[in-house]
Amino acid sequence: MELATMMNLLLSGLVFTAQIFLVTLVGALPLGVVVALCRMSRLKPVAWIARIYISIMRGTPLMLQLMFWMFGPYYIFGLSMGTSWKFVACSIGFILNYAAYFGEIYRSGIQSIPRGQYEAASVLGYTKAQTFMIIVLPQVIKRILPAMGNEIITLVKDTSLAFVLGIMEMFSQAKALAASQVSMVPYIIAAAIYWVFNFVVEMALTHIEKRLSYYHD
Amino acid sequence: MSEKPLLSLKHAQKSFGDTPVLKDITLEVAEGEVVAIIGASGGGKSTLLRCATLLETLDGGSLAYGDLVVAEDNGAAHAVYAGKETQRQAKSRFGLVFQNFNLFPHFTVLQNITDAQVRVQKRSKKEAEARARELLAKMNLSGKENMVPCELSGGQQQRVAIARALATDPDILFFDEPTSALDPELTQGVLKVIRNLADEHMTMVVVTHEMSFARDVADRIIFMDGGVIVEEGPATEVINNPKHERTRAFLKNYGEE
Repeated sequence: MELATMMNLLLSGLVFTAQIFLVTLVGALPLGVVVALCRMSRLKPVAWIARIYISIMRGTPLMLQLMFWMFGPYYIFGLSMGTSWKFVACSIGFILNYAAYFGEIYRSGIQSIPRGQYEAASVLGYTKAQTFMIIVLPQVIKRILPAMGNEIITLVKDTSLAFVLGIMEMFSQAKALAASQVSMVPYIIAAAIYWVFNFVVEMALTHIEKRLSYYHD
Repeated sequence: MSEKPLLSLKHAQKSFGDTPVLKDITLEVAEGEVVAIIGASGGGKSTLLRCATLLETLDGGSLAYGDLVVAEDNGAAHAVYAGKETQRQAKSRFGLVFQNFNLFPHFTVLQNITDAQVRVQKRSKKEAEARARELLAKMNLSGKENMVPCELSGGQQQRVAIARALATDPDILFFDEPTSALDPELTQGVLKVIRNLADEHMTMVVVTHEMSFARDVADRIIFMDGGVIVEEGPATEVINNPKHERTRAFLKNYGEE
């Protein structure tokens, strides 16, 4: 097989990889804020539910969680889902898992904002929601960026777990190619593409960090 | 006082756990009056301001801004607070300047002063900026509009904080040790600004350790210790001829600054 054909197949896998990556970010970045707020809620039951949720999401393998969402509807409810369910199951699995990790990172950031910021906002008459969205969250984002960077880069690599659901993302393509071609080359190319992907992610993170460096506190 | 005092805090009580911090404090401030609160740390000065500015809730007593009743004593020495809307209205009547400035670090100087005007008071952006520039000029900070707080000295930051507090046109301005976090050479600029405000008859309550400033600027001085008002009276009177033994001891410790 020609290198170009191999490359094409891998790049077609990359489309799914990128899709999983983006869908997870779009879902888990905001959901993580909700998780953090629930985890810090003064309502004990809410805080406890968030704690248990985080504990399960972090304490069990993501691969297993993906299988759960994939086959759960059938084994638990006897529902047979269509062939496109795997994409939904994949999205649910990734978003819920990453929201737990993001939530804890947000929490660390939120708790690092000095009380004086809340007090100044309160005296000026900001509502609680305004205080959080306008005063606290922007400062939190700057503080948690390095920790978020770690998670986001891990996410790029974790997309390969979607192979257990039969989604032909890049790792599945590489595996299939390696088997059919009896060659290491597909793996090496895939590794290179993952690395380039993450290089772009790193550049983007550096860019955001630079943009937020106009102040320090 | 024929009119209702701008601030009326009566029989204020506040404990943290089992420790009483305010024991039956009554403080009324009339329009145009400048009141300085002095006293040793832990005497309840800051807690008093924090209760007046709704950062802490009173256990007992009442709190009103003019005719706006924020908290009422229910008769059993328990303070009952009015609803959110009333509290929101009260917040538009006062401003607070913190010891540590508490500027919003991610906002420019201009945004720090305009944001609440726009978001809370619903002023137009143009109107808010005009007000901000006017205040910055008054604070001797023209030209700093687009800087962020971390680029300013402590004294400049505190003056921005004063401008921010004034921008919403409060009836009364509270200062919680406004110069305690500043180097001596930066203190003067901030004190001068407060002095100018006093000359304009801005109603102010200032918790301070600057005794000569208190004497010169305040109409009335309150000496607090152990959660009670030990002595209060005309500024020069309290500083120069303190009647109470505890006031004398405190002023002696502080010396003349």
